[in-house]
Order: sequence, then structure tokens, then C-alpha cells
Amino acid sequence: MNTGEKESGSAWTEVIEPRSSLFDWKLKEVWNYRDLLRMFVRRDLVATYKQTILGPLWFFIQPIFTTITFTIVFGNFAGISSDGQPRMVFYMAGLTLWNYFSECFTKASTVFTTNANIFGKVYFPRLIMPLTIVVSNLIKFAIQYLLFLVFYGYFIFKGNSSIQPNNYLLLTPLLLVLMAGISLGAGMIFSAMTTKYKDLTFLLTFGIQLLMYATPVIYPLASIPDQYKTYVLLNPLTAVIETFRYGYLGTGTFSWSALGYSTIFMILLLLSGITIFNRVERSFMDTV
Amino acid sequence: MSDIAIKVENLSKLYQLGEVGTGTISHDLNRWWAKVRGKEDPYTKVGRPNDRTKKGDSDFVWALKDINFEVKQGEVLGIIGRNGAGKSTLLKILSKITSPTTGRVYTKGKIASLLEVGTGFHPEMTGRENIYLNGAILGMRKWEIDKKFDEIVDFAGVEAYIDTPVKRYSSGMYVRLAFAVAAFLEPEILIVDEVLAVGDAEFQKKCLGRMKDVSVNDGRTVLFVSHQMGAIAKLCNKSLLIEKGTLKRFDKTGLIIEEYLSPSDGIKKEKNCYTVPEELAMQKSIYFKCIKTLNASGKIADSFGFDDSIILGVEVVAKRDIKNVILGIGLQDKYNVRVATFLRELTQLNSDDVQQDLWKIEVALPKGIIAPNAYNFTFALYIPYGFNFDQVESLFPVKIYDTGTDFSRYEGIDFGNVIVEAEWKLLP
Repeated sequence: MNTGEKESGSAWTEVIEPRSSLFDWKLKEVWNYRDLLRMFVRRDLVATYKQTILGPLWFFIQPIFTTITFTIVFGNFAGISSDGQPRMVFYMAGLTLWNYFSECFTKASTVFTTNANIFGKVYFPRLIMPLTIVVSNLIKFAIQYLLFLVFYGYFIFKGNSSIQPNNYLLLTPLLLVLMAGISLGAGMIFSAMTTKYKDLTFLLTFGIQLLMYATPVIYPLASIPDQYKTYVLLNPLTAVIETFRYGYLGTGTFSWSALGYSTIFMILLLLSGITIFNRVERSFMDTV
Repeated sequence: MSDIAIKVENLSKLYQLGEVGTGTISHDLNRWWAKVRGKEDPYTKVGRPNDRTKKGDSDFVWALKDINFEVKQGEVLGIIGRNGAGKSTLLKILSKITSPTTGRVYTKGKIASLLEVGTGFHPEMTGRENIYLNGAILGMRKWEIDKKFDEIVDFAGVEAYIDTPVKRYSSGMYVRLAFAVAAFLEPEILIVDEVLAVGDAEFQKKCLGRMKDVSVNDGRTVLFVSHQMGAIAKLCNKSLLIEKGTLKRFDKTGLIIEEYLSPSDGIKKEKNCYTVPEELAMQKSIYFKCIKTLNASGKIADSFGFDDSIILGVEVVAKRDIKNVILGIGLQDKYNVRVATFLRELTQLNSDDVQQDLWKIEVALPKGIIAPNAYNFTFALYIPYGFNFDQVESLFPVKIYDTGTDFSRYEGIDFGNVIVEAEWKLLP
């Protein structure tokens, strides 16, 4: 018995077991399936592009309308400060990254339920699916970012002196990675829960909206009373949004320690997300 | 030892029945508490065997229990079982879609599974794009698909439409394209579930041929699940019979199919003797009271020698005029395909007393012609193009065993349903 196991142990290329090691992240397998990731991203693009009448135009219309709404409601009616910046640019600067986060997070959190059909029929490393979401949404982000740059350029061209771009805007890729990582990690943790308790999905959409108000997206961090500031700073998204605005507009706050906090938070969240995700992946077909 | 491609050890799978999601938080807490105290999972203990016909008191069911088998490299293994026996669960575990509750599976080489063709096909994408997408889902790298692309398109026969979105395809074309991608997969182990049930007959033949190629020429291992016994018999040399979640038998395909098709439960088990249920008899004017399969010495039997005659004892009750009523007996083979039919008008048996209300009839089938194999019978009482009084379908499994025909040395292999002599001549 023992010898038999030893003898065959070397020859078997795979062993299917009830439980796998908690920290076996299967990243190598994901790498082997990188072509699939590319195909899924392509599919997402084709699907969004072909099914609507206006096609990719929606990518522009949606953020413009949100920005206008925010400008009117929060800026004009409620009179919330925009740090002396042109309101349009201020809101857009906040929303560009925020929208990316919220899209990725919502989609990743229901990844098991929306893909139950395909997951039930064929095996591939399930991590591919949330990764696809993060990558696909990059395109949407790029369009919004471009839109932001257009408005931004327009105001600079007009000679608006309150806009003071600085070197920190070179941090944009890092900020994007932070947003991707946090949304991916959080999304995967929630995806484990939504498979079992489906009503969480509703709570999530609601929760994300609340989270936006708890993050300085439509208001500057500086406008927060000091006694609440600690709480807002605990939110790892705060530093990301603030840094983005600081880099492009020159107002707001920037600190390496806050950004470092966000980075560490992102890494921990991502690792626990992957761990939980891989765990659920093995049994979710029985509960979904 | 080294030529074994798949080794399954004590594989079991526990499923929870009913609504998962009501009360699961409390179950989860219970489970966790038991684990903390180092006790066994409180819910695995109450599992019962996988029998969906009976309602048990437990919410948990063993979809698979203690499955053990080994598959050699290059072997095509058939998996046979009734709906709900656990075949799909076994395939799902082998293809890593769900994990086992206990036990292990060892495999050698890359596994690809086809539980469905065209998984992930997107209607808006073109045939070309879908080939790449589907190929990638099945685990192919892009360069592998590039290499096979022309062959795939050729096999599917959709050259003209390759750049058309697949939503414009006919369902036949869609399936052909989907299968073509799968057919050109090159895993060491291929798992196929019932996908041949789609597509036209010609294409099915092509697919079966392709699967045979894969195992014979390329030396790949194939696991094949189907309800089409013909396809299984053609492709697989060995098969598994799964019943109620347990492995009932693992043997040569011919023997397994025989066992699968000889019904073994309920009324059929009663020693090949059918008696009409009381409440059914009340509703019918002419019906079968009792049917038996008897051997030469008049005893109820279900296996007969090739040299013996099967005697059917039939009792018919007639509460009305039996003019024109025919007693029909059909002999079916193990695939439920009709082998022979025997018909007789009741009045032909007794033209004197047509008012008789209990008819005891004995029918002796010819001996030395029905080949060693498994069969069953269908009985009917009817007026041609008119009324069907009573029908007893696909009952009475009988087995003909070999009593030394020319084929006896190949036992277990299907040589058809009749053995007849031919005239052989050597031409000068």
C-alpha cells in the first residue's frame, strides 16, 4: 500500500482531492491560461460594442451625465466645496478612478453567480474570470480618463490658474493598480458570500454608493471636520483618489505614508481574496 | 502500474438536498463548532444512499459512495447508469468542476472535458472568434488553435460562414462548429458526456469515428458517458455501471450493457411473472391477468439455453367479445430494438367458444435461433387500427446463454440477435 503510493506518487501529474492547501494560489495555472484571459476580454468588448445602438458612445455619455448631475446637485445646490477647482474637472477627477473601482468591485462580487453556467461545464482556473473583469474595465476606464483629459486640457488651455499639475501625476499607473487590486480583492471576498447568500448582492450595490460618500470623491478631504478625518483616512481608497487629484489639479493632500498604507492594504486584501476565492471555487457548484 | 492513466480511490460525494440557503448559516455555525471541538462533521453522518425514488428523512445524500477503479492509458471507458445514478457527478469531479467529499483521483496527463459543446460561445462573435474563445476555454493555447484552425473549420464544414456571427448559424452548423473545436483538442485524457446526442446522423458518425481515432491512433484515454448503448458498445471495450451512487460493476462493455438493461427492481424482479394490479384490471375489458416466462419443464425462469425453447404462459381475461382481438408479442433486444414479433388472433386459437372469459395460452418460441444475448418482451391485446386493450411493455428480461455455439469462445461480445446457418462455398 505504502510502496504503491510512493511508486505512483512521482508519475501522477495531478491529484484531485477533497481539499487543497489553503495557500496554493494556482498562479502558474492562471499564467498557462493567459490566452483565455485575452479571449474573454475580447468577448466582453465585442458584446458591449455590438449589442447597443450607440455602441461605444455609451462609454462617453454615461460619465458626462454623471458629472453634470454631480456638478448641479452637489456643486450648485448643496454648495459643497471643490477646492477652488472648476467643478466639472474636480468631479471628473474623482469619478474616473472611482467608477473603475465600483464597476470592477460589483462585477467581481457576483462572478460565481453570473458565470455559474460556464463554471458548471468546464474547468479552467476560476481566477481568470475576476481578472477578466479588471482588465475589460480598463478599456472603459481609458475612455473616461481620456474624457477627463479633454476637459482638463480645455481648462488649462483657458488659462485656469487654480489647476497646477505636478510630477505626482506620474503615479497614475500605480493608482490604477491599487484600484484594480482593491476592487479585485474585495470583489472576490464578496463573491464567496454572494454564492451562498444571494441577497447580499442588493446590499452591495447600496453599500458601494455609501462607500462613495465615505471616500472623498465628490468633496475634498480638506473639507472634512478633523474628528472624522481619521475614519476617512482609514479608508484605503481615500489616498488613491486624493493622490490622483493632487497630481493633476495640485490641490488636496498627498502623503507617501497614506499611499503606502493603501498599497499594503491592497496586497493583503488581494491575497486573502484569492485564498477565499480558490476555496469557494472548489465547492460552489453544489450550492449555487 | 505505469500505464494507468486514471486511478480513482474511495471517491465519495455528499450533496445537500432541498433549498440550500435556508438555515445554512446555522448549519455552518454548527459545523464550525463541531470542527472546533475536534468532532466529525455532524451532517455527513446522516447521509443516505442515492435513491431518488424514496424520500428520506435526511437532507443529505451520497451522490457517489466509495468509487474505486483504474483506467489504462489508451482505453475508452464507458460509463453507464440511469438518470441520477451519479454519472454526471463522477464526471464533474473528474473534470474538476466540483471537488469530492472524500477520496482521491490520480491522473496522468492533461485532462479536457466536454460536458457540453460550445461552452462560452458568444452569439455576437464570429465563427472564427468563437473557435479561439472556445478553444481557450477548453485549455488550448492560441498557437495550438492556430495550428488546427483549418482542420477545425474543415471538419465543421463552415468555411463560407467563418466570419459571420454565430447567431446567424443554423443550429446544426452551430453544433458542428462547437464539436469540431472539441474534436481537435489534444489532451491525454478526454472526458465526454452525451454530446453526441446532437447533430445529424452523418455528423454523429463522423464524431464517433473521430473519438475512436483519438484513442486508437493517438493512444489517448477517453471516458464516455451516454445513454446510447449502441455508441458505447461501439467505442468502449470496458465500462462502469453506476447504480444509486455506487459502482455496481466494472467489466467488459457487452456484459455491462446486458446487466444495465436487465431491469432489476420492482415488479420485474418477481421471477418473471407478471400479475395485473387489481385496480388496473377493474378498468379494462380485456387484459392480461398473468404472464410468465417458463422453461421446458414448466418452471418460471429468466435464463434459457440457446438450445432451449422459451415458453410464454399468458392468461388473458376477456369481459367482452374477443372478435378480431389480436395477442401480439414482441421480442426486443437489449437496446430495446424489436427482433421479432409474434401475432395471433384469439379466435384462431379457439373458434368454438368465443364467449370464454379466461384464456390460458402457451407460446413456445423457436429454439436454436435466438442468439445468446439479453432480451425482453412486450405484450399487447388490440384490434388492428382500432382499440388497444392492454399492453405490458419491455418486461420479462430474459437471457439466452450459450450452450456451445461457434461464438461461445467470444463470450460477452455482441454477435447480434439471431444465429442462422449460411451456405458457404469455395469458388474454383
